[in-house]
Amino acid sequence: MPVLEVTGLRKSYKDRLAVDDVGFAVGEGETYGLLGPNGAGKTTTISMVVGVLARDAGEVRIDGRPHDTASTSTKSVIGYVPQELALYPDLTARENLRFFAGLYGMRGGEARRRIEEVLTTVGLADRAGEAVGKYSGGMSRRLNIGIGLLNRPRLLVLDEPTAGVDPQSRTAILDNVRSLACDGIAVLYTTHYMEEAERLCDRVGIIDGGRMLAEGSPRELGAPDLEAAFLQLTGRALRD
Amino acid sequence: MRALILILLKDLRQRLRDGTLVIYAVALPLGLAFLLNLVMGGSAQRLDARYGVVGLPAFTEQVLRPMEAAGHIRLSRVASAEQGRELAGRGRLDAVFVGGPEPSAAASESSEASRDPSAGSPEPASAGAGSIEVIGSVDAPVAVQVARELAESYAAAERGERLALSVADAGPEAVPDLRALPEPIQLRQDTSLSVRQLDTRTYHVAGMGVFFLFFTVMLCVAGIFAERDSGTLARIMAAPVPGSLIMAAKLVGGVLTGLIGMAVLIVVSGPLLGARWGDPAGVAALVTAVVLAATGLMAVVATFTRTAEQAANWQSVVATVCGIVGGAFFSVGQLGGLAAFGAVTPHHWFMEGLADLRGGGSVALPVTVLLGFAVVGIPVALARLGRMARA
Repeated sequence: MPVLEVTGLRKSYKDRLAVDDVGFAVGEGETYGLLGPNGAGKTTTISMVVGVLARDAGEVRIDGRPHDTASTSTKSVIGYVPQELALYPDLTARENLRFFAGLYGMRGGEARRRIEEVLTTVGLADRAGEAVGKYSGGMSRRLNIGIGLLNRPRLLVLDEPTAGVDPQSRTAILDNVRSLACDGIAVLYTTHYMEEAERLCDRVGIIDGGRMLAEGSPRELGAPDLEAAFLQLTGRALRD
Repeated sequence: MRALILILLKDLRQRLRDGTLVIYAVALPLGLAFLLNLVMGGSAQRLDARYGVVGLPAFTEQVLRPMEAAGHIRLSRVASAEQGRELAGRGRLDAVFVGGPEPSAAASESSEASRDPSAGSPEPASAGAGSIEVIGSVDAPVAVQVARELAESYAAAERGERLALSVADAGPEAVPDLRALPEPIQLRQDTSLSVRQLDTRTYHVAGMGVFFLFFTVMLCVAGIFAERDSGTLARIMAAPVPGSLIMAAKLVGGVLTGLIGMAVLIVVSGPLLGARWGDPAGVAALVTAVVLAATGLMAVVATFTRTAEQAANWQSVVATVCGIVGGAFFSVGQLGGLAAFGAVTPHHWFMEGLADLRGGGSVALPVTVLLGFAVVGIPVALARLGRMARA
């Protein structure tokens, strides 16, 4: 049974159809790449998967259990890393982690231990007492991912986690994701970088105009030149 | 419930770190109240006028010296009317009393004081042999007015004495039958209205407090938009926490921040500015009710906007207009026809409630009206915020 199963997902904003009949599944230890140009519907799909956005139609199941915006039990096994740096700049890294750990029901010694583990994992243990507003872009990205790992998720959802980071931070992030998948976590990953998808993902789905255009392993879809296949499917016209 | 407290504490910590709570809830209301008191004279408990006097030994001993002893005026002897005119003209003295022959010593039966606030163009206080002339400084209209009243009162008392002496000299046959005269008119004063008024200091502190309360609450409510823009709201909503609880935490944050701000303001405004708030239980009820009303109103306004900037702009407009129309800056009586709109603002009912407390009345009506704002506003805001967050 897949950790994440999405079928017939649909969402529209007034008269614009943002996601139309999208379906895919991600198994344990699998990394699934959701690829698409700007405005393709990736973030909308992810928002419905994590239960932040109400869907118009379709179904999302986590470990076989129905999941929507009100499902607190299934939300507790999802780690979410949004595209934005969803951090509080006035708070320190440790305070940011403590706040989100609290929301996932961790407290006391358990929370403290997990926070230190995460800080070590993302390489911020020695800067944990600094206000996040003073962090570099790469450090903020790593902390952003660290918060998604706090609850030891069964499903980790990463929305363009390497956007705007230096090669060192990107390598560290990719290594982290790979090692998490090796630990059995199901990973749903969106990116604009095709070489990242080729290196990291077991399977990819190419989405555009809210519809799933193709799905398969990177090799099946055209790797080592996944970008050519991507452009062939989505076209060369510039997007907003 | 634990999640609500977590969100609440996080918001409060942020508000403290970015200075919002201190600036909007305490520093600005106190600072502005202090300035308004200064400008509008609320800080003047004593007259502290600088008067000079030329001649007039009886008036000086009977009237001016006791006032000087009580600390209301500072008195100087001035050699001549010309010197007094010069001192008042340069603003060294607020007013100078210049005596002609003393009214008590004069044969004149009337002695009238008047003044012209323009230095150098005084009018004599009496056309008779005894007179008091008041030379006033243009820069001290209140002190000049008081000087004029003092002179007039003294002259009136002198007239009364002189009249009594004249009657006594004329003999009993000159006295009309007192029993045939109507009862003398008794001057009565209804003190309820003046008692219901807040003193200037308390008025300004309360007005500025409730005005900035709306901005304090506004920042908390608009924080929902800021969190949505930064992505933290999505992250919180992805956590296993009911969505309604997240929005409730934001509104409770507004309420708590408002309550803390008002409490600090009330506690420190007594010793710092001399504000007198009245019965603590009544004040607590009014403050709680107005904070709830402000949160409801600001939250509803925010839900009709799309971005944090839009929300802040519209909330500022509503808070400012309500503040002016509701009497947070000046008495609603000065607004003319617009005063009627004051009754639809929480500011008006808060100020009314404080005035009722001062008059020893009940705050039941103002508190009920304020809670009405909250009862209507908060559920509407919660429902709309929840829909906005999931849209």
